Amino acid sequence: MKRDRSVLGVTGGALAFLLLLLAPAPVLAELRIDITGGKVEPLPIAIPAFAGGGGEEVQTGRDLAQVISADLERSGLFRPLDPRAFIQNVAAGEGPRFGDWRQINAQALVTGSVQTQGDGRFRVEFRLWDVFAEQQLAGFAYTTTRQNWRRIAHIIADQIYKRITGEDGYFDTRIVYIAESGPAQKRVKRLALMDQDGANHQYLTDGSALVLTPRFSPSAQEITYLSYASGTPRVYLFNIDTGRQESIGDFPGMTFAPRFSPDGSRVVLSRSENGTTNIFVLDLRSRRVSRLTEGNSIDTTPSYSPDGSKIVFNSDRGGSQQLYMMSADGGGIRRISFGNGKYGTPVWSPRGDLIAFTKIEGGTFYIGVMRPDGSGERLLTQDFLVEGPTWAPNGRVLMYFRQGRGGSSSRLFTIDLTGSNQREVTTPGDASDPAWSPLLR
Amino acid sequence: MLLRVIAVAGTLLMLAACGSTPPEPAGGPGGLSGPGGISSSRFGPGSQQDLAATAGDRVFFAYDSAEISSEGQQILKRQADWLRRFGNVSVTIEGHCDERGTREYNLALGERRAQAVKNVLAAAGIPGSRISTISYGKERPEIPHSDDTSYAQNRRGVTTVN
Repeated sequence: MKRDRSVLGVTGGALAFLLLLLAPAPVLAELRIDITGGKVEPLPIAIPAFAGGGGEEVQTGRDLAQVISADLERSGLFRPLDPRAFIQNVAAGEGPRFGDWRQINAQALVTGSVQTQGDGRFRVEFRLWDVFAEQQLAGFAYTTTRQNWRRIAHIIADQIYKRITGEDGYFDTRIVYIAESGPAQKRVKRLALMDQDGANHQYLTDGSALVLTPRFSPSAQEITYLSYASGTPRVYLFNIDTGRQESIGDFPGMTFAPRFSPDGSRVVLSRSENGTTNIFVLDLRSRRVSRLTEGNSIDTTPSYSPDGSKIVFNSDRGGSQQLYMMSADGGGIRRISFGNGKYGTPVWSPRGDLIAFTKIEGGTFYIGVMRPDGSGERLLTQDFLVEGPTWAPNGRVLMYFRQGRGGSSSRLFTIDLTGSNQREVTTPGDASDPAWSPLLR
Repeated sequence: MLLRVIAVAGTLLMLAACGSTPPEPAGGPGGLSGPGGISSSRFGPGSQQDLAATAGDRVFFAYDSAEISSEGQQILKRQADWLRRFGNVSVTIEGHCDERGTREYNLALGERRAQAVKNVLAAAGIPGSRISTISYGKERPEIPHSDDTSYAQNRRGVTTVN
């Protein structure tokens, strides 16, 4: 396992939150996007290159503006304006001339600077302006090692998103997924890790063993997944810092469909025995195993509620595959999906308000959401084969994979809860089974 | 019949050339007399190829089902006979699914299919200790196409000689 610390993580002091430049101004004529309703018109925002003194600072200032713009644009909520239309050159260091920005219809403006400190690290400042109210909405400064500049860009994009929408952002996050290659009959599958925007891509396994369904721990430092490495399909843990892989749980037979509890202390999973599949929970510290479901049905894809008190899962106990809810100790099982078709892969939103699922009806696959009581079902996207939704940490965006006919061209996509902003996520090759990390900070 | 003769006469190692494709019936078109010359597959007694040729190494399932069809019962009866003949052979039953289900459910369904095959063989007197199971879900299709004919080939339980 090759490991590059600068890519893999920000260590303790490397990313210091330095100071709040100015408290957010009191709210007047509020510059705000309400994302709780339906489709919104993207907010025109100007993000000129951050000012810098030397060559490397200038380049980083340009790169920062580009990554921030790309993050905000992909959210569908912002429309970064073409820098060629800009009238004022803010890199010259003076304050914004709001008239110049109103003239190109920018409603928000982001300005910033990059300075190299004595210790060689970058200090990045940024300010978010309301162009019409001529007010500063946010201002922060960060210091970081040079290699970490992309994370600074994502953190700034998260600040802008939060200030304008009132919701937490999701840009300073990573994706673990399965990278696929080769013919369908002997597909090679590898664990792969990348930033949410596809940057800093790396493979975590070499493809010698079939691996499936990775999921992050709440700390984003560990991944639980399924591997055929030992011959028998089993649940494993992968430590991102050390590269260590270990099989967990002393089970006979196949274990699969793992997912962490919200506090990271347990992994809930499925185990097959004599053709029946039940749900078990493994305490990671004591390694004690508890059975949660019984019977001859298939009970699989368990997912905890964010408070850890309940588990939603997929079962065919009623004849067809439907979604069921139970308390975290296995009690009080009740069915929550009642629509036509089969329901699978339930995943509880980090906000707790919705459950995302895959639905199969009439030969078509759908990604949808419903409330935890099963009401309010909404289908967000459909195709020949779409599967495996995973939530952005703010519970507003889903990622999933879409596979073409004949096992061809499997790709990752994001879609927001309105269903109107669907985007492909760039990966070097075919991809499936995405899992979105929590916010990294 | 010709295949049997070759199976008996074949003292050399079996070749991997024919992969997982069941052998052509002896003397059939494109078989030994095909324009490409002589097919060189050999069938050692107790081998995977021998099982496939004499009993059939796989049974097929309906969509989202692990029920063994009457045709499947016949094949498994022949497999049980074959396993009795080669008492030192142990097998692994692979359970497979088509792509029209979700990944984790299909892993469970593949295990259920493999177990259904094992149950029939066990009921026919083959000790459970000689039969293990593994599910590949929808990860290893036999035919990489997205149509009903291919799906039917992919929903399978394959008895593989260890």
